[in-house]
Amino acid sequence: MAQVEADARAVEAASVSFVEAARLAALQEMRRDHRVWVLGEDVARGGLFGQYGGFLDEFGPDRICSTPISESTIMGAGLGAALVGTRPIIEMRIFDFAMCAMDELVNQIAKIRYMFGGQAKPAVVVRMPFGIWRNSAAQHSQMLEAWFAHLPGVIVATPSTPQDEAGLLVSAIRCDDPVIMFEPKLLFTDKAPVADPIEPIPFGEASHLRHGNHLTIVTWSSMVPRCREAAEELQAKGVEADLIDLRTIWPWDRFAVCNSVARTRRLLVVHEAVSAAGFGAEIVAHVTETLGPGALRAVRRLGAPRVPVPFSPAIESEITISRDRIVQVALDVAGKAAA
Amino acid sequence: MRNTVPRRLELFRTMWRIRAFEEEALDAHRAQEIAGPLHVSIGQEAVSAGLCINLETADRLTSNHRGHGHVLAKGADPKRMLAELYGRADGYCGGKGGSMHIADFSVGMLGANGVVAGGIPIAVGAAQGLKLLGEKALVVCIFGDGAVNRGPFLEGFNWAALFRLPVLFVCEDNGVAAFTQTATMTAGPGIVARAQSMGVEGRSVDGNDVVAVDEAVAELVEAIRATGEPRFLHAQTYRLMGHTSTDAAAWRSQEEVQSARQSEPIGRLRALLLEEGCSERDLDGIERAARQEMQEARRFAQAAPWPLPEDAFSDVQDIGAEAWRR
Ligand SMILES: Cc1ncc(C[n+]2csc(CCOP(=O)(O)OP(=O)(O)O)c2C)c(N)n1
Repeated sequence: MAQVEADARAVEAASVSFVEAARLAALQEMRRDHRVWVLGEDVARGGLFGQYGGFLDEFGPDRICSTPISESTIMGAGLGAALVGTRPIIEMRIFDFAMCAMDELVNQIAKIRYMFGGQAKPAVVVRMPFGIWRNSAAQHSQMLEAWFAHLPGVIVATPSTPQDEAGLLVSAIRCDDPVIMFEPKLLFTDKAPVADPIEPIPFGEASHLRHGNHLTIVTWSSMVPRCREAAEELQAKGVEADLIDLRTIWPWDRFAVCNSVARTRRLLVVHEAVSAAGFGAEIVAHVTETLGPGALRAVRRLGAPRVPVPFSPAIESEITISRDRIVQVALDVAGKAAA
Repeated sequence: MRNTVPRRLELFRTMWRIRAFEEEALDAHRAQEIAGPLHVSIGQEAVSAGLCINLETADRLTSNHRGHGHVLAKGADPKRMLAELYGRADGYCGGKGGSMHIADFSVGMLGANGVVAGGIPIAVGAAQGLKLLGEKALVVCIFGDGAVNRGPFLEGFNWAALFRLPVLFVCEDNGVAAFTQTATMTAGPGIVARAQSMGVEGRSVDGNDVVAVDEAVAELVEAIRATGEPRFLHAQTYRLMGHTSTDAAAWRSQEEVQSARQSEPIGRLRALLLEEGCSERDLDGIERAARQEMQEARRFAQAAPWPLPEDAFSDVQDIGAEAWRR
């Protein structure tokens, strides 16, 4: 019953963009809890993408704190502020610049609770707009989410819709673990209804976007809309795909994936990041270990080739994954030749 | 040699080439011939011109995200620069880099950088390498005022002073970092004092006065060549355009921009040259030649071929790149 009510409200609610959904989530949580605050470059001006528009007027410069271009200190100071009981949202502007703060994220934030025997509570949210966007070349386009799934101590969220972004951000802000929010720049203007109030979405629960028996497609973040379109085209060709959006890659919904693959016995993982040593490899390995190699009739990973993201539109498109590629590989996995 | 009309005319010509290059690029961006973000340095040309006129080809240079002027003044070919902005195969990086990542190693330009302060440690290391090889060249490192609050600034300056490396650090201070007034973000008695506190001698100059920049750089370069030690130049200038070509800079007042136009470097040098007896016709001719050169460069870029699909996979690394192409 509660679910029905929530759905009705969601339908009534106006469609908002991905960026706006995140803005509403942060706004809601900052109103709810005075310990929540934001630090990062240009945030008081509304943020690079408008994700903090209007915050300065409402919360003042102490809670929406524009910082110098000092990524290591933005990250490290966020941790310090969490240790004394505040709940910072660390804004990294664009994921690639988080590379300048890797020590603070990897050696400090991720380890501190464990090293200090549980005394520390690194309750930070690190927001990382990531991925290919507008021919921005190799230093502004990276997708390295797999690195962080590999890093004990952190939660890695990879939402694909405005509602999921909002719900996961609310969870992230309320969570005592450090949460890395990978936000796909490619989808920032996508619109969808978002319920009010925004309910938290639990980490590690996939959303099951389509049901089908011929193959399982597992994906997340920017590839979700493309996989949806591909699944529609597959349907027109008589192939029913079971489509799963993981929403978080750590923790990830192993049960949803294994249950689906146990039924379809065919698995395709699609991600925008480089395929080699990407998170798709982890999924395939886990499914194989859990169900046994005999349970699988076909398995494929579809990701970028192992090259940096080039600038030129002519070759950037060469390394991005199109709907057609997904359809083609999915047909292969499903055991049907392309029509 | 320095205070001569021919030298000033050369500075004038370099500034016009930079201005014309960037106006052509902006126009191409508006016409959607260039994709991606484009950071132009219109109004800041005096720093590049006054700096590079004092450098030899063997001297190396690292630059930042707003580097067209630096690259051009160092001697790069505008045709290949523009072709890179267009993402074409004839561009300096074969279309892989674009506006923020132009390099021309043949003229000592070791690359622009999309990461703020990213060029600082690279310049320091280049100087250390040159020293190791016994080469006499020096290294120039240009960065913006936003870069001085990042760790590599502190680490790089300390390093250059500690190991006595021939580096000229140049802070091109346009007063803003992206959209933020740098004065609101930088503490302390100023950036020259910061440099000095780490053992690097430095001075400030009016970065819109190309003659003053030329003189200051000449002095600092001479000191570096004589002592092998680093120096710092703080050049105050003004960015007439927004952060990127899609930023209309509505966040600052039109009065501010209008008054800044009064002191932009090309007009200032023009006035000086007229006083010194140059003719309007000659000066207009320099502008016209620069515009023509850049229009030709644009035609070159427009006609240049796109990279081939397989070019996406080249130059990744020597060993191990093939195995995971797909
Ligand atoms: C490490 C890092 N952080 C943030 C950015 C995003 N960014 C690009 S340019 C810029 C402003 C740099 O200011 P400044 O060096 O003064 O140069 P300006 O653009 O004002 O000419 C910022 C913050 C970046 N490229 N690299």
